[in-house]
Amino acid sequence: MMNYSSGPPRPGTPHGDEGRGRGRDDAAPAVRARDLTVVRGSRTVLRGLDFTVPRGQVTGLLGPSGCGKSTLMRAIVGTQAKVTGTLDVLGLPQAPGSARAGGTPIAGHPTLRTRIGYVTQAPSVYDDLTVRQNLDYFAAILHPGRAAADRRHEVERVLADVDLTSHADALAGNLSGGQRSRVSLAVALLGTPELLVLDEPTVGLDPVLRRDLWQLFHTLVAERGATLLISSHVMDEAERCHRLLLMREGEILADDTPDALRTRTGSETVEAAFLHLVDAAIAAGRTKETTR
Amino acid sequence: MSTTRPAPTGALNLSRTTATAARVLRQLRHDPRTVALMLLVPCLMLLLLRYVFDGSPRTFDTIGASLLGIFPLITMFLVTSIATLRERTSGTLERLLAMPLGKGDLIAGYALAFGTLAIIQSALATGLAVWFLGLDVTGSPWLLLLVALLDALLGTALGLFVSAFAASEFQAVQFMPAVIFPQLLLCGLFTPRDAMHPVLEAVSDVLPMSYAVDGMNEVLKHTDMTAAFVRDVLVVAGCALLVLGLGAATLRRRTA
Repeated sequence: MMNYSSGPPRPGTPHGDEGRGRGRDDAAPAVRARDLTVVRGSRTVLRGLDFTVPRGQVTGLLGPSGCGKSTLMRAIVGTQAKVTGTLDVLGLPQAPGSARAGGTPIAGHPTLRTRIGYVTQAPSVYDDLTVRQNLDYFAAILHPGRAAADRRHEVERVLADVDLTSHADALAGNLSGGQRSRVSLAVALLGTPELLVLDEPTVGLDPVLRRDLWQLFHTLVAERGATLLISSHVMDEAERCHRLLLMREGEILADDTPDALRTRTGSETVEAAFLHLVDAAIAAGRTKETTR
Repeated sequence: MSTTRPAPTGALNLSRTTATAARVLRQLRHDPRTVALMLLVPCLMLLLLRYVFDGSPRTFDTIGASLLGIFPLITMFLVTSIATLRERTSGTLERLLAMPLGKGDLIAGYALAFGTLAIIQSALATGLAVWFLGLDVTGSPWLLLLVALLDALLGTALGLFVSAFAASEFQAVQFMPAVIFPQLLLCGLFTPRDAMHPVLEAVSDVLPMSYAVDGMNEVLKHTDMTAAFVRDVLVVAGCALLVLGLGAATLRRRTA
């Protein structure tokens, strides 16, 4: 994170890296990764990433397909195997490396499961249930002891959030692709999670819906104090984020605000800034190879 | 060090289990054709069998009783393997396991839902066979139903387990002949097990379906619960639990 930010250099920052874990949960950033590495099969998908995701902001995770965005998100929500390094989510250890040394690797901190909302790239809902039945079920799993009236109320709320109230009784399988992905998003909004991890939530949506969803994302941050990590490969969405993580081939190229990125690279748009950084990275890679 | 063991994992939560069972049944309700096939096909097969063995009612008794144990196993195997495969491939399993759902809740929910269906299926088939097709049972039809239910659980367990090794519906369906047919051939349906080649007889001794069929035949021939019946029931139930445990181990919160 610190490599590009305007903040002070890593060692001995006033934020106090050393104090982490000891302070209160909510004082910590939403996500803090140190040397985060993920291996899938024989391929290293994420290579020693260092970054933080600040609370109460929309952080965009951008990069070409296959650069490791989804893997990074799965690591954060605790469904990715073979995660090494340190990964603290909402102040709690989420990677085996974050657990105490020698301890059994823990498969994600269990209390995090109610505090993180996760939307996979492909909508993960039951096609043979109606929208409302899908939401009822997932709400029952999240908070089993809840009164039925409260649960209904919450289901109505998330239906309104994603603008699907009029389709509540339609079978999910009969909806359009964009509608199904909004059902999937609605499931993640159940239980008012502190951290929302959304993998390409706006793919295949028309411009009006995309605008509405981005308005919803900003409302979630402003009114409910949520933290959002949103991946996209559409660069124009980057302008709507507070912070950006630019990824390429399992590495983080930049971690900054959109403005700072444009200024630093002397580019008009985030897209141009990204291309500039990619070219720089490729050039740096070449020099490394030739000097070897 | 208690923090290294996530407490809610694996622990059974009643309302999450029943919510899961209700969800599975609700999914089936949107698919009436599957439900109709599950309930009616065994009845039709028994009806067919009754008139195939029109001249030898004794044969119908043996084969009919065996089939009352085999149908629920096969149906539940197929339904569960496809249902859990769909759960794995659609991403809903990943989503559920990223939520505070115990693996036990999920498995128990499936077992509960398909168990309910199995009870209905077996009740229909047993009722038809005993009261309308003249299947001659010496023991109590309730015991037939008990064995049928355990067989259904075993089918659910096997289906759940093999779905972990299937990457597609094509593969899942092919596991049916691979897992079920050998048991079908060796369970004593076609030839008494003690008349088989000794090697095959030994193999059949370790296959759970043999005990399901033996249990059915015990009820057929004896008025009381025999020791052999109790053994058969325990073996089938034990196998079902063992395979359910193996199935639970294939549900991973973290996947590559």
